Amino acid sequence: MTDAQNSSKNFAKIFPKNLAAQAAPAPLLSVRDLTKSYGAHLGCADVSFDLFPGEVMGIVGESGSGKSTLLGCMAGHLRPDAGAVIFDTRRDGPRDTVTMSEPERRMLGRTDWAFVHQNARDGLRVGVSAGGNVGERLMAVGARHYGDIRAAATDWLGRVEIAPDRIDDRPGTFSGGMQQRLQIARNLVTGPRLVFMDEPTGGLDVSVQARLLDLMRGLVRDMGLSAIIVTHDLAVVRLLADRLMVMKSGHVVEQGLTDQVLDDPQHGYTQLLVSSVLQV
Amino acid sequence: MTDAAYNFAYLDEQTKRMIRRAILKGLAIPGYQVPFASREMPMPYGWGTGGVQLTAAVMCPEDRFKVIDQGADDTTNAVSIRAFFERTAGVAATTRTDEATLIQTRHRIPEAPLRAGQVLVFQVPIPEPLRFLEPRESETRKMHALEEYGLMHVKLYEDISRHGHIATSYAYPVQVEGRYVMDPSPIPKFDNPKLGDCPAIQLFGAGREQRIYALPPYTRVVSLDFEDHPFEASKADHPCGLCGATDSYLDEVIMDDAGRRMFVCSDTDFCGQRQAAGHRGKDAA
Repeated sequence: MTDAQNSSKNFAKIFPKNLAAQAAPAPLLSVRDLTKSYGAHLGCADVSFDLFPGEVMGIVGESGSGKSTLLGCMAGHLRPDAGAVIFDTRRDGPRDTVTMSEPERRMLGRTDWAFVHQNARDGLRVGVSAGGNVGERLMAVGARHYGDIRAAATDWLGRVEIAPDRIDDRPGTFSGGMQQRLQIARNLVTGPRLVFMDEPTGGLDVSVQARLLDLMRGLVRDMGLSAIIVTHDLAVVRLLADRLMVMKSGHVVEQGLTDQVLDDPQHGYTQLLVSSVLQV
Repeated sequence: MTDAAYNFAYLDEQTKRMIRRAILKGLAIPGYQVPFASREMPMPYGWGTGGVQLTAAVMCPEDRFKVIDQGADDTTNAVSIRAFFERTAGVAATTRTDEATLIQTRHRIPEAPLRAGQVLVFQVPIPEPLRFLEPRESETRKMHALEEYGLMHVKLYEDISRHGHIATSYAYPVQVEGRYVMDPSPIPKFDNPKLGDCPAIQLFGAGREQRIYALPPYTRVVSLDFEDHPFEASKADHPCGLCGATDSYLDEVIMDDAGRRMFVCSDTDFCGQRQAAGHRGKDAA
């Protein structure tokens, strides 16, 4: 066998996904001209993009740029004024989630979708033990076997590095980082295909942030998740996101591959954003 | 003011009409909480204002009326509600379950089987089974509407994880006709199996919370549980000290401060009738 043949074979072995991706799979999520305004004040306008299976998309921008509005519209928490959010459902193929009936949308919200809030307490039930928090989504989709639910909860606590003996403790007794990891476990337990994250590392100190990012990166890769991450922290998107979208005043001003956008920013605002990061 | 100055059964006819409409709607949608314009009653909230309004709305002059307070006919709540309707409606009262046509109850279902033609009215403090799990009423209504009841099992899960078994022993949630999850009022879970397939009409009234719900006769009522922790209608594992019954729900009575105790039927009518028929327990005088 020649060297050339050998190296191409190795390439296929190392990057099988890249080759498969060339078969152009259908996008998991297609956002078309999404617009939402609060009275005269604009939330976000004319946002369009495709998200493919296994892809992680970052949305960055300063406070008030419409990132969270956009995320809320996509996740069905807010009703957009115009536009479509087409999700490739397991059963019926691509469906517009904006015009879908509310029960269907809420069903998606606890099966195929997951939402990680910035403040873990918004996404957790503080009066319920860690195990109950993780098990809730399972029970919501019909799990009725205590032993199985308990086993799944224990397994997931392990995967987010929470000691199994904390399973019966309430989240209120957890540290901020643990609460955030518990929230992630609670969301991923039903095997969603798309995760919405709103500033997942906000309010955590840097070492805890690093650990959380490391964990999320592992989970995203292992489970082949698609994710949309809203953040103002460029380090987070550098680490997690394949693609990046920069928002300013409700509009998308630049998008592209993460490294490309961050290393060679074209738009004035992106240049400002990149140069604003403090170097230690 | 004389007693004759009251309308029959205290409430005015327009109010009764409004309540009857809510009852009919409740019967048509078993387990669904129907809002109604609850009136001020001459008793404090928590004493059965919801039950009293239901009773007043369905009461007829020829009814035989019975009031149960935690199984007993002779405790404060039972005595005063019975006296209230004897004065304002002049109906005949009874303590016998089989004679009564209209029974208002707090926290128990009688031991004697109910029959067609009887109406059982429950006093309900908190009608919303999801209340302590989800504080927003707007959200719980949505959950009922969309049949999202996973949260109810979270409560049972918490019970098992903390106590090793389902420790909820009263107000045990049930699912009605495979649809609405319902709080059966604070009856012991021992009484839960009596809710289902019952020939009598069962009405539930919450006065402060302004909700009415109902179970028409022969409704399918299932207590929620886990496959590996099935529902169990538990009671104290003793015979009644007075009548020796082994199949009735028992109250534990502390006899002295040396730890002596006695288990007696909570249903005084059931216990009294058994004693009259010659049954004797070990503590009977």
